[in-house]
Amino acid sequence: MSTSPPAPQLPPSLAANPGLSSWVKFTPDGRVAISPGKVEIGQGIVTALAQIAADELDVDIGRIAMIRASTPASPNEGVTSGSLSIQQSGRALRQVCAEVRRLFLAAASERLGVEASTLDVDDGTMSGPGNVRTSYWELASEVSLDCSATAEAVAKPAAARRVAGQSIQRIDIPDKVFARPRFIHNTPLANMLHGRVLRPEVSDAKLVALDEAATRAVGGFVAIVRDGSFAGVVSETEDGAEAALKALRKGATWSAGETLPDEDDLAAFLKGQPVETRVIDTKTAAAPKQVARTIRRQYTRPYIAHASIAPSCAMAQWEGNLVHVWTHSQGVYMLRADLAIVLKLPVESITVEHMEGAGCYGHNAADDVALDAVLLARAAGGRPVRVQWSRHDEMSLAPFGAAMAVEIEADLDAHSEIVGWRHAIWSNGHTARPGRAAQPALLAATELARPYPRLISSDPPVANGGGSDRNSVPLYDLPAWTIETHRLLTMPIRTSALRTLGAQGNVFAIESMFDEIASILGEDPVQFRLRHLRDERAKDVIRAVAARAKWKLEKKAGIGYGLGFARYKSTGAYCAAIAEIEGEEDIRVKRLTLAVDVGEAINPDGVINQIEGGAIQATSWVLKERVRFDRTRITSTSWTDYPILTFSEAPAVDVEVIERPDIAPVGAGEAAHGPVTAAIANAVFDCLGIRVRDLPITRERLIAAMELAS
Amino acid sequence: MPTIRFRLNGSDTAIDAASDQTLLAALRGTLGLTGSHFGCGANECGACYVMVDGHALASCDMPLWSMAGKEVTTVEGLGTPEHPHPLQRAFIAEQAMQCGYCVPGILISAAALLQRRPSPTETEIREALDRNLCRCGSQNRMVRAVLRAASEMAAP
Repeated sequence: MSTSPPAPQLPPSLAANPGLSSWVKFTPDGRVAISPGKVEIGQGIVTALAQIAADELDVDIGRIAMIRASTPASPNEGVTSGSLSIQQSGRALRQVCAEVRRLFLAAASERLGVEASTLDVDDGTMSGPGNVRTSYWELASEVSLDCSATAEAVAKPAAARRVAGQSIQRIDIPDKVFARPRFIHNTPLANMLHGRVLRPEVSDAKLVALDEAATRAVGGFVAIVRDGSFAGVVSETEDGAEAALKALRKGATWSAGETLPDEDDLAAFLKGQPVETRVIDTKTAAAPKQVARTIRRQYTRPYIAHASIAPSCAMAQWEGNLVHVWTHSQGVYMLRADLAIVLKLPVESITVEHMEGAGCYGHNAADDVALDAVLLARAAGGRPVRVQWSRHDEMSLAPFGAAMAVEIEADLDAHSEIVGWRHAIWSNGHTARPGRAAQPALLAATELARPYPRLISSDPPVANGGGSDRNSVPLYDLPAWTIETHRLLTMPIRTSALRTLGAQGNVFAIESMFDEIASILGEDPVQFRLRHLRDERAKDVIRAVAARAKWKLEKKAGIGYGLGFARYKSTGAYCAAIAEIEGEEDIRVKRLTLAVDVGEAINPDGVINQIEGGAIQATSWVLKERVRFDRTRITSTSWTDYPILTFSEAPAVDVEVIERPDIAPVGAGEAAHGPVTAAIANAVFDCLGIRVRDLPITRERLIAAMELAS
Repeated sequence: MPTIRFRLNGSDTAIDAASDQTLLAALRGTLGLTGSHFGCGANECGACYVMVDGHALASCDMPLWSMAGKEVTTVEGLGTPEHPHPLQRAFIAEQAMQCGYCVPGILISAAALLQRRPSPTETEIREALDRNLCRCGSQNRMVRAVLRAASEMAAP
């Protein structure tokens, strides 16, 4: 019996969407239309994907037209999240374009009568010996792309790439600088109406009675839509919709809501709920060592708001039983699946089309507002309805990043070396995205007369990077450990995916504990980490950041330095950060130095931009951010109640990208948050000699930690 | 409905408006200028800033009637791809954004700053932009872009 060599493998995103024509089309105007399933959320993905396509096809990047994702035309690449777009869409597109190029070269060879291997491709024109030439566009009618990828074509080697690897300018930025409509907020449809939805102030209150008379008298009034506790207005104008909503609010009577946890004792709440416990990983020492003492520490982070700078917005239009939705959702197919459940329609009746929104940083209200628009548009007589949330609703009703309590016990031997490690997490699940469950995840679905229950957040499997457990297994070489997570089965405060899921909390905990043990040993934190790592890429980012920050600078009064490190999801980007802080009554982060390794950097400036932005956003989380609530309602409903880092407070950020063009690329968007969080906390200790283990590190927390230490 | 007359991006403008209409609603609605963005409706984020007689002000809670006789500049009035404002060129050169939703307001704040202070220090730029929020963390790139525009404008 003979064995054949293993068949070449397609990248997973391509295996799921193998039709070449769903990704690439040559259009008669001499351009190339590229249709990824991933969407632009301000991270520069469409530019990076255009670079990959331009390179593999050998066309000028100016010829690439990036098509916005929509059902049913685009490949279904799930959701744009988890720093996976380069990894999934980028690898798929590279393979697609290599296959397309190969098909066209074969056709050109036949037409021109020369060997395919003698043909050069330059900006889409193929030329060969004897000055023969043709182009993708000349051949487009002869080469059918209505076929499946075969994995037989081989993409170019790294050294042959000319566009990928360059910091070319993002293709969306000129529109945004010159105010050409690009955001969904700025793209009105013809004959469009405006809608607003009435929501309770008190968490999960039910609409008991609604006096509609005053609302109906407001100028421009078109309709009131009421279905159980869901109520909204449709108006000819946006001002009219706002005025009608105000009137509707006055006419509404609500039931009492549900009780919220005690914000001042989140750890007690998280540890007191019914949970589902899972062991994430265990490791037993070959030769167990004597434990001389055990250090036990608890770390917490609060609920964190996505707090997109734009309120969520969507448009919807009904035509008979067909509905068209325009949305800034991160996953058009997933949103469609949830809409189909709520509307009791086949998915084929629903078209969901992406339009850019502001940065969302995870699962915010983008999907919720889409259902709002669909429900209101049913009363619009076939006209499109645009719905935009208020700042208040955006800050209080959109899902939050889950609060976490992390407990670490480190067993130390007589020499204070780590011989055992236990890491336990209490948290809600970190994702309740649409399209993944048998019930919808959308807010309005829980408000209808026949409501769906609120979808309790779950955690993605460990193989996908996990959720609350993300980055909980140390990359450090420790002899024994047990890592477990306790996922809450109740969810009085709505949570779903926020940038890094649980990684920020877990890296904060692990890196704080490591720093503390290094300090007990009197060992330099850089050396202590290097000594516990076997992975050379991990060591390289730590060495690089230490060299770049000139670690460790001379001790100065009032200044502290701290280090944080992680490999995002243990499979993604390596990132090390050093924070320089100034500490008196308040902590000021002066400078962050970071080193990052994402493998091949498709657009190095894009990587730096993501790392800079992640570092500054993480600083904001660490120093300022905390969703506030009393026992009945979310109270941080404005920028005054939920302050974020300002221009004057933003630290200097210096990033070094370690270039590895031969290693498959991974995303950069979430690599910095965990390391920066830990670096700041460790710098606070270096500066003030106190460990703050509860985020955010505010003046009150510093005082509380000082009191605890004394 | 009263008619409000003001100068908008260099042109005389007259619109009929309800007494409580905001400048932002008039710009985005009646006038179809969507460059100024709604962010909070409470003058807390800066996404809706426009220049009024040289000052960067929130348009989201500014009554339209108060604009009578004023000189208003929105991001559309700063420059065009053919004739860009130095700040627009600099924001492209520095790739000074991620999502860009806050950018129109930040361009306006920076333009107002450069009018009154052509060669600002980095600290002055940050202070001038402190009322503008950026959630993506692009603050430093934007500051570099403003410095670049200032030095370009100062060049002979």
